[in-house]
Amino acid sequence: MPDDAIPRRGGASVVATRKPTRRPPFPFTAIVGQEEMKRALLIAAVDPSVGGVLAFGDRGTGKSTTVRALAALLPPMSVVQGCPYNCAPDDAAGLCPACTHGGEPQVASVPVPVVDLPLGATEDRVLGALDIERALAEGVKAFEPGLLARAHRGFLYIDEVNLLEDHLVDVLLDVAASGENVVEREGISIRHPARFVLVGSGNPEEGELRPQLLDRFGLSVEVRTPEDIATRIEVVKRRDAYERDPVGFAASWAKEETKLRRQIVSARNRLGKVAVPDGALDRAARLCLALGTDGLRGELTLMRAARALAAFEGDPAVTDHHLRIVAPSALRHRLRRNPLDETASTTRVERALAEVFGG
Amino acid sequence: MAEAGPASPAADAAMAACLFALDPRGCGVLLRARPGPARDAWLALLRRLWPDNRPLRRVPVGIPDSRLLGGLDLAATLAAGRAVAERGVLAECDGGAIILAMAERLEPGTAARIARAIDEGEVVLERDGLTRRLPARFGVVALDEGLAEDEVVPRGLADRLAIHLALDEALLPTRMGETDLDAARALLPRVTADERAITALVSAGLALGIHTLRAPLHALAVARAAAALAGRSALAEDDIALAARLVLAPRATRLPAPPEGADNPEPEEPPPPPPEEDPTTETDPRPLDDLVLEAAKAAIPPDLLADLQAGLGARRGARSAGRLGAERKARRRGRPAGTRPGALRPGERLALVETIRVAAPWQRLRRAERPASGITPRVIVRREDIRLVRFKAPTERTAIFAVDASGSAALARLAEAKGAVEMLLSDCYVRRDTVALIAFRGSAAEIVLPPTNALARARRALAGLPGGGGTPLASALDLVGKLADQVARRGRTPIAVLLTDGRANVARDGTPGRPKAEEDALAAARQLRTQRLPAILIDTAPRPQPMAQRIAAEMGARYLALPYADAERLSRAVRAGMELHP
Repeated sequence: MPDDAIPRRGGASVVATRKPTRRPPFPFTAIVGQEEMKRALLIAAVDPSVGGVLAFGDRGTGKSTTVRALAALLPPMSVVQGCPYNCAPDDAAGLCPACTHGGEPQVASVPVPVVDLPLGATEDRVLGALDIERALAEGVKAFEPGLLARAHRGFLYIDEVNLLEDHLVDVLLDVAASGENVVEREGISIRHPARFVLVGSGNPEEGELRPQLLDRFGLSVEVRTPEDIATRIEVVKRRDAYERDPVGFAASWAKEETKLRRQIVSARNRLGKVAVPDGALDRAARLCLALGTDGLRGELTLMRAARALAAFEGDPAVTDHHLRIVAPSALRHRLRRNPLDETASTTRVERALAEVFGG
Repeated sequence: MAEAGPASPAADAAMAACLFALDPRGCGVLLRARPGPARDAWLALLRRLWPDNRPLRRVPVGIPDSRLLGGLDLAATLAAGRAVAERGVLAECDGGAIILAMAERLEPGTAARIARAIDEGEVVLERDGLTRRLPARFGVVALDEGLAEDEVVPRGLADRLAIHLALDEALLPTRMGETDLDAARALLPRVTADERAITALVSAGLALGIHTLRAPLHALAVARAAAALAGRSALAEDDIALAARLVLAPRATRLPAPPEGADNPEPEEPPPPPPEEDPTTETDPRPLDDLVLEAAKAAIPPDLLADLQAGLGARRGARSAGRLGAERKARRRGRPAGTRPGALRPGERLALVETIRVAAPWQRLRRAERPASGITPRVIVRREDIRLVRFKAPTERTAIFAVDASGSAALARLAEAKGAVEMLLSDCYVRRDTVALIAFRGSAAEIVLPPTNALARARRALAGLPGGGGTPLASALDLVGKLADQVARRGRTPIAVLLTDGRANVARDGTPGRPKAEEDALAAARQLRTQRLPAILIDTAPRPQPMAQRIAAEMGARYLALPYADAERLSRAVRAGMELHP
């Protein structure tokens, strides 16, 4: 890599140009219902290795509101100051080239990135490319990190994920599989870590998701509009209150947010200590067998999600209770389609749960 | 708005323009109308009300991302020697509004980008090496000219527009009295909505089968704007009723269940109560709920009402606009839909401007790197710069007609069924669909006509169709499934239209006997459902048959009884069915 291609520190694209005047997001804790989606996101926040969350369902149910609310909720993380890739100071092996050469790193605490990948994004901004400004003005090749770099150690959110263009999907699949982004451009080669939790949302009516992309998501949740009148009124009331005074509304939920944030932090600390008894492993395997899910991926995700949930709920070990709760999210998108059985996947998971765990 | 009578559609239409001019973000409009004097009058009214200092721009349907969202301004960038961003239309219209022409032909992706900007009030630009967040708080008027049912505005966008307005030719907005929009604009932030209003709008939404929770929120915004327009700082019943008419009624997917105690014992009060009444006085909450529902019900457009009564409404709303699923990415034909990077192979089309746009910023670098010897081209283009034109073509459809020519159906109804099919055929011709014809009678079903676009042949085959014999419904359904599969494999989208009275009496294996035949037919119908084949079953019996209804339900088909289906209704149902894709 030529010298001038070393990434800039604190480049313009890295410090998100967030104007302070932007209204605060709708608070996560103020979202009415949608328990499954909220739980899935919290599980991913506790243990990113569950591998992403897909929220598919009705319109106007607050899918993107919930994901954006997550950004404000997450506890901050520590990074090497000014590193465009959010390198973790305590992870010597995972440092980017700039941080490896940089000597003793300065540590900074920053919000966990929840990076939006807007539908109109071009490939160069997703992957990163040469800095156009410096190429023009100085005739210098400087790498300008893209959205994938910004999302490292955080979340990458794609709304209307089923409308994402094919060539971007290919890029994402590649990076998500390797945890590394490689850019070749103008004769230089940049390689940087890009591990992130992929969060997608969409409406199935707009089109099916490519199967390869579906596989990438650890958890898949179905989002429905609440049917009962009291819940619906509450949703409308809170939304209305927020629209009229976003700052005041967010302030009135600040205490709840802090409480939940603490719960996430202590769950992360506990995660390693949560026991996974053989009995739970056995039942998870039997559940996957009964459903005929493909490969080991389902089993692994099921276990990890159950463990994260146990940590979140403060339980010392994974029990049937946790498995039951996370099984639909972890398995429903992994079922083989049976031509003779058109039953909804959720129902099939529930049937198998009843079989394995008893009524 | 004193001179217009209360709650007339013309007054409501004019009111919608007023509300939009007052609060474009809260009162977006989906205007369903043919281009013509009515629509022109409405738009003229809007322009007259529109404040001079705010942008109001027409956006063409095929607008590329670079114009919609913005991107690198190439000319300025090269001239200035630094990256110069060009704002897109959405950011340019910050504080104003856009008018989307031919919104029913909008790409789902474009609609999603606009929807996103509506939600966020800003455009997030991640394009051409630029990262920008640009404020984009704008209102939307979507002009929907698609009067056919298979052309609908992408639902994600429609869902975000509060007011759904249909104008027909006869309906011209009445002249508005002078309204003081500036005073209303100042008042708007202070208009409060009490719990009763929220409850009433939410319950009315639910009673009308409106799923999305955006609808009551839109209704609330519209009611608020209406109150501000009338100089009120609290919502009055008139405002809520207006919101119900403009927002809820057009979205209805079912008619509300009649209230308990079927007939109204009390003398009917005129729907709009005297406006002097103080809305905040403690009254029983029920009357407001009823009032809102009544207002909405009275405003349901007549054609939608007819569909709802026929039980078609839920389907109509449920799955439309799934066209993308059936829209293949054709490589070389169809409408251009943006560009993509890739290798320039034979058959691909180079997007020249886009390629040069990508290459341009690097020219200085490349020139510097180039060995001095030899000639230097004017523009150095490298392989990674190449951009290709992307095309999108809707898949062609094949309508599979399966006609019951058995004795039970034939004698009385075959002629009528033929008439219906003939009519549908001419519909297909207009749409350039191909058709196939299956007839079933006696012991088995057969393909009378394989998929063809020679409609004349189809007509001849149909006319020569003999009648009489048993009803081998199960084998007919099996054959439909098989043919649909073949059609789909060839990259076309099948749709099935089944004309039968459902009185199966020949089993799969060709043996007579009603119980076994019915059992087989139901099993075959269930099998068909797994193919997720859009289908319509037209009951040809003199009176609706429960068996035909069951078959339709099992195969997930839309059910239509011929005796009640006039030519227009039939053709509309099939057309609507055409847009149902798995």
